[in-house]
Amino acid sequence: MAGELKIRVNEQVHSITADPNTPLLYVLMNDLELQGPRFGCGLAQCGSCSVLLNGNEIRSCVTPVSAVVGKSVTTLEGLPAWYAKQEKLPSVPALHPVQQAIIDEQAVQCGYCFNGMIIQAAALLSKTADPSEAQIRAVMNGHLCRCGSYPRVIQAIERAARRMKASIGRTTSDLRAQEMPAVEVVR
Amino acid sequence: MSKAVSCSLFRRREFLKTGGALIIGFSLRDTMAIAGEAQQDAARGSTAGPPDPKQIDTWLAIHSDNTATVYIGYVELGQGSTTSLLQVSAEELDLDMSQVRTVRLDTNITPNQGGTYSSSSIARGSPAIRTAAAEARQALLEMASKKLGAPVERLVVSKGVVAVGGSAGQSQSVTYGELIGDKFFRLAFTGKTPVKPVSEYKLVGTRPPRNDIPDKVSGKYVYLQHVRLPGMLHGRIVRPRGQTAYGSGARVANLDEQSIAHVPGARVLRKGDFVGVVAEREWDAVRAARDLKINWDIPAILPGSDGLYEAMRAAQTSDRVVLERGNVDRALAAAAHVASGHYCAPYQAHAPFGPNGALADVQADSALVICSTQDVYATRNTLAGLLGLPPQKVRVQYYEGSGTYGHSCYDDVAQAAAILSQLAGRPVRLQFMRWDEHGWDLYGPAHVGEVRVAADASGKLVAYQYDGWHHNWSAVETSAQLALGTPAAEWRDGAAQMVNPADCGGMYEVPNVRLMNHHVPGGNYLRGAWLRSPLDLAFSFASEQTIDDLARQAGIDAYEFRKRNITSDRWMGVLDAVAQASKWADTPRPPASRVSDAKVAAGRGIGLGTHLTSYGGAVAEIEVNRETGQVRVRRMYGAIDAGLAVNPAFIENQISGQLVQTVSRMLVEEVTFNKTNVTSLDWNSYPILRFEQCPEVVPICVQRLDQRSTGAGEEAMAAAAGAIACAFFDATGIHIREFPLTPNRVLAALKRA
Repeated sequence: MAGELKIRVNEQVHSITADPNTPLLYVLMNDLELQGPRFGCGLAQCGSCSVLLNGNEIRSCVTPVSAVVGKSVTTLEGLPAWYAKQEKLPSVPALHPVQQAIIDEQAVQCGYCFNGMIIQAAALLSKTADPSEAQIRAVMNGHLCRCGSYPRVIQAIERAARRMKASIGRTTSDLRAQEMPAVEVVR
Repeated sequence: MSKAVSCSLFRRREFLKTGGALIIGFSLRDTMAIAGEAQQDAARGSTAGPPDPKQIDTWLAIHSDNTATVYIGYVELGQGSTTSLLQVSAEELDLDMSQVRTVRLDTNITPNQGGTYSSSSIARGSPAIRTAAAEARQALLEMASKKLGAPVERLVVSKGVVAVGGSAGQSQSVTYGELIGDKFFRLAFTGKTPVKPVSEYKLVGTRPPRNDIPDKVSGKYVYLQHVRLPGMLHGRIVRPRGQTAYGSGARVANLDEQSIAHVPGARVLRKGDFVGVVAEREWDAVRAARDLKINWDIPAILPGSDGLYEAMRAAQTSDRVVLERGNVDRALAAAAHVASGHYCAPYQAHAPFGPNGALADVQADSALVICSTQDVYATRNTLAGLLGLPPQKVRVQYYEGSGTYGHSCYDDVAQAAAILSQLAGRPVRLQFMRWDEHGWDLYGPAHVGEVRVAADASGKLVAYQYDGWHHNWSAVETSAQLALGTPAAEWRDGAAQMVNPADCGGMYEVPNVRLMNHHVPGGNYLRGAWLRSPLDLAFSFASEQTIDDLARQAGIDAYEFRKRNITSDRWMGVLDAVAQASKWADTPRPPASRVSDAKVAAGRGIGLGTHLTSYGGAVAEIEVNRETGQVRVRRMYGAIDAGLAVNPAFIENQISGQLVQTVSRMLVEEVTFNKTNVTSLDWNSYPILRFEQCPEVVPICVQRLDQRSTGAGEEAMAAAAGAIACAFFDATGIHIREFPLTPNRVLAALKRA
């Protein structure tokens, strides 16, 4: 039966009235009107609905809302603030470095899967500052993209890792941008 | 509520209620400009379209803040074509990219340029948009001439500021915004004003970034799945899990409405055999659809995926000669080298990443439907028929959903939402579930191809014969079929539904050709429609393997063999581009000349193909594990020549996606079904390629400044499919007869050999 629940989303506590078994995704979309997590399969197979729960990526489409009470949910909308808090930045940037890197790489096609891509990549980089390509592929493997944007997502995550290391000051040795040269044949 | 919707662009948190009207806000622009623009938008949205294409105002508006809105009749599908068309407009208007934008498609606002299909937005859309922009610029110059007291010939424009040439200073210039800001031009569009010569282009051919990406990464972008209507219910459809034979549908045997009595506020809505549920809260609609007890009568008449190709080949077909030239039989009989093969391609799904959804508010005398259709005006017509309303009383608005790659369930879901709203008497938001979308798609049809090709002793092609079997596209959506009993019908013999001369030998110079189309009646099969590069992957898979067999017989390198048989410099251009990028010519050798018994066999393949226009080439580098049957595509090179590339960066992104999607379709994608239903209903039973399987990709855009723009959204896929199949032949010496190249299929092929 529906009852009142208090959940913490993007550092704000919300009171919502819902059946405790309602998947978190529907509460985020309909009660909190968030646009980051979105419906893709409802089966935890694709990653459209990913959010961070205490800093770990979860699938909100199969997580009952009652299971996040007392924990902290971060959605795409709250990612820059989450990052600023993690890294103790003096102010909240407009975008998480992964988001900026995806713009820089123009990695998006339809973009529907990018909520999950960005959430998972941010979680990865918060734990592994300098992932290898194989690590990136392994961690991202549960996120599907129908448009085929995987190669550019990998490049974007590598770019974001370089930028984060530089901006956070862990090391500045690997700052050089490894731009892929564009191949354009003019005939 | 729908009557109050006054603008095509709205989202729930941007609603500003003003006397019942809904006005949108632009956070970055000044309120005066918004007010003026809102007035014009209200005027635009007040009557049913399409607006008159012979009026300049139909195509663009200049605002008082010296920006422009361009009204485009093509939808954005994540390919960047909207940004490209804005580039074309900005070029002619002498504006920069920050000064131009567009609106979502809306049958009350945007022009009817036909549907968004065949990757033709730039090819079909840019001429009108380019000329309208040039004509508007001419009109603005005439206004500026009067205002500045100088002849038009002396005026120069930069970023929408018109100045008298050679002079400087405020008094000698005026902006477009000052000349006409938010007023209508009220000028006929003659189509006769000259456009800029290519040599003067500043924007077209350059690489401005896509205008939708920043909002797409921040969560601000409003996808269809985010749109809500005031007072709406949430809906779900209830159908058999997995579609049934197209020709016979499904009948409700019995239905127990009490079975969802435990779900708060949930209701069953039914029209004929169309069944849905609605509830105030979305999760309740999901639960009600899940828990509803319903039994279906379903005829067991499908061939099943195991018996599919035999059934198609044995069907009573209607046959048509697509192309006949010379005497194929005589040339085949006399040729030095003949290669032939029988090839099969499965049904494959559009499988948009977010299942389709739609919102509908159907009232007694009008309707608003918001959906992700690729053709708002065609959808309006079918909805009008379904609802018994005149088309002018139905307003259709487009919101981008996830990538759709052709005719997925977007019309079906729009019809379903409209039926639910009509039955409920309330606005309804309908979201398809994953199994609805996977299970009731209009799949890319299965195909059987038989190829015979011959060459003379020097490796010159002398004969080419292709026979293709498939059914055509389904003309009736499932919702209409279930609700009204509309009989199944097929679209017949249109472009992209027949054996395609461009893919089937069309790139080669062959004196004797016969292409035959064998139409299989579709009633006892699955629903079909255009799936990105329709049938082309199947054609190229069959055709390019046969070409490589001839090259092997003649002892000639695969790239060299193709060069000997191509005369078109456009085909040669894409072939050379991928050969050079992959350093193919460093190691010339005939196909399958390095087959070894090693556990992991490496191979490379080169292929050509396209869709209806443009030219595609590809090279694949793959590995085949003889013990596990696993095929790993290591690297893909792809090239498209689409004439004048308005934005080469977008074409590169498209090629990248096409290469990855083709690898997915060649290695893992296959719709499965038994005698009654489709059984591939999610990402486990219908897998797509994952990160760990993804090849490195090298996209190449061949820029042709002197050629008109053609499609670039699918034209590398056939070439890539052919290249992968040829690489398998090169690695193993075996032609793979069916795709996808799953481990079981590969092991069986290796065992047979």
